[in-house]
Amino acid sequence: MRFDVERIRADFPILQRKMNGKPLAYLDSAATSQKPLAVIEAISDYYSTYNANIHRGIYELSEKATEKYAESKEKVAKLINAGGVENIIYTRNATEALNLAALTYASHKVRKGDRILITEMEHHSNLVPWQLLAKKQKAVLEYIRVDKRTGLLDGTSLNESLEREPAIVSLTQASNVLGTINDVKSITRMAHGHGATVIVDGAQSAPRMRVDVKDIGCDFLAFSGHKMLGPTGIGVMYAKRDILEETEPLLGGGDMILKVTLKAHMWNELPWKFEAGTPNIEGGIVLGTAIDYLNGIGLGAIDSYESELTRYALARLSELKNVETFGPGLKDAKNRAGLVAFSINGIHAHDIAQVFNDNGIAIRAGHHCAMPLVREVLGKDSLARMSFYVYNTKDEIDRAVDAIEKVKKIFRVE
Amino acid sequence: MDYAGELISNYEHPHNRGRMSKADSSFHEFNPLCGDDLTIYIRIRDGRIEDVKFDGSGCAISIAAASMLTDEVKGKPISKVEAIGFEELKGIIGIDPGPVRLKCATISLKALKKAVFLYEHKKPDGATENL
Repeated sequence: MRFDVERIRADFPILQRKMNGKPLAYLDSAATSQKPLAVIEAISDYYSTYNANIHRGIYELSEKATEKYAESKEKVAKLINAGGVENIIYTRNATEALNLAALTYASHKVRKGDRILITEMEHHSNLVPWQLLAKKQKAVLEYIRVDKRTGLLDGTSLNESLEREPAIVSLTQASNVLGTINDVKSITRMAHGHGATVIVDGAQSAPRMRVDVKDIGCDFLAFSGHKMLGPTGIGVMYAKRDILEETEPLLGGGDMILKVTLKAHMWNELPWKFEAGTPNIEGGIVLGTAIDYLNGIGLGAIDSYESELTRYALARLSELKNVETFGPGLKDAKNRAGLVAFSINGIHAHDIAQVFNDNGIAIRAGHHCAMPLVREVLGKDSLARMSFYVYNTKDEIDRAVDAIEKVKKIFRVE
Repeated sequence: MDYAGELISNYEHPHNRGRMSKADSSFHEFNPLCGDDLTIYIRIRDGRIEDVKFDGSGCAISIAAASMLTDEVKGKPISKVEAIGFEELKGIIGIDPGPVRLKCATISLKALKKAVFLYEHKKPDGATENL
């Protein structure tokens, strides 16, 4: 089946607008995706027709809101092949989900002197929570090294680190800088063999490929709604049922309890035990709408279309002199998320992004919230990054290549 | 925003770049968001900036602004330096950086003013948080 990008583009109102007088080319979906009309209308529909607090109102509006909120959790559970809604905890975003895992289950499991293992390619959201936990518990934080040349995890470093029996292994499924897709299934199997609990950051993978928690076998998975066509302020922490059962909640308050007396309380059932207070109701409901939209296209189709765009971008950038790309190369592009980080002869990425902006093209520039990877592993001050999603075209990549030529001209690079 | 020709040539061949031994005062500014990292050194004689240098790394705007600003203030009384505001800085660098690049354009001016402040008050780093 042909991927009908023009039909998809017509669903995204923002793509009609211009930026600096040029048609908007939005190449920053790894930061946040644009939203289809269905999602925008679903937010308005909630507030216009059935806004009410969930789980308590004995009236039609509240019943409908409660039902739609629960229905969206079913959609999320199905999307990632979780056992059921009891495994799906809503958070603000992937960052909060990772922090929640660190502050609840992991902070009980990790003891003084234990090891926590992450990788050098982690986003700050899967790095700083572990630095904090390691400090609090006097644990040791270790990193699986990244091979700068290939953009892949170093197999020797992985094996050696696992031999040291870490209590927690937390890693990204897809790097937001290198695009590398890690084989989280194999790593989970190996890590479980060494007694570790495995946490997967799916912020970049869940929007673009099938992420099956049963197949991967991971204990936790975190991702954000806003990177997959949903609104901001809604994210997901998946965890295995037995883990959630034995874990104490972080926040106390309304909705997370079944019964409270002056002396004690009894937790609510899963997943509500972890969601204290009135949640982001519209965010939860509309995440379901976004998932419907993604399923309408099909995650398999999205995956192959993004790969096609990524291969095209890597090929076009490889024609350019003095342009360096990072992460797995063209021949490994199949296992690469839809983004390409690049640099032009040492020109600061903010200067590159500025010229792109002048030409109507939105890209990201800087450390991409992965400062240790960019500065300490790749040895760069900053990188520019273009990232792709369902609405991007090869024509936009051509425009990006033209913009690179303009940058080179302004900065007199050959 | 335009990358005006003068800005680019100041970026490519910045003036007054390098460390200064025996500076009367210096100040280091770092913007962790974009990695602009500049130190300004000043030597003062009879209430005037006798010499000024900057060192560090950053984007074209931060480097070019540091180059043009240091050219501008050399020989000026320190009271003049203290009075430089954003409007005047825009005149010095020849562009309006816009809100997104504001920090790049002003990092050298901030460091310069703090270096002058430290010279005048002879206070250690950290006493200038409110600047």
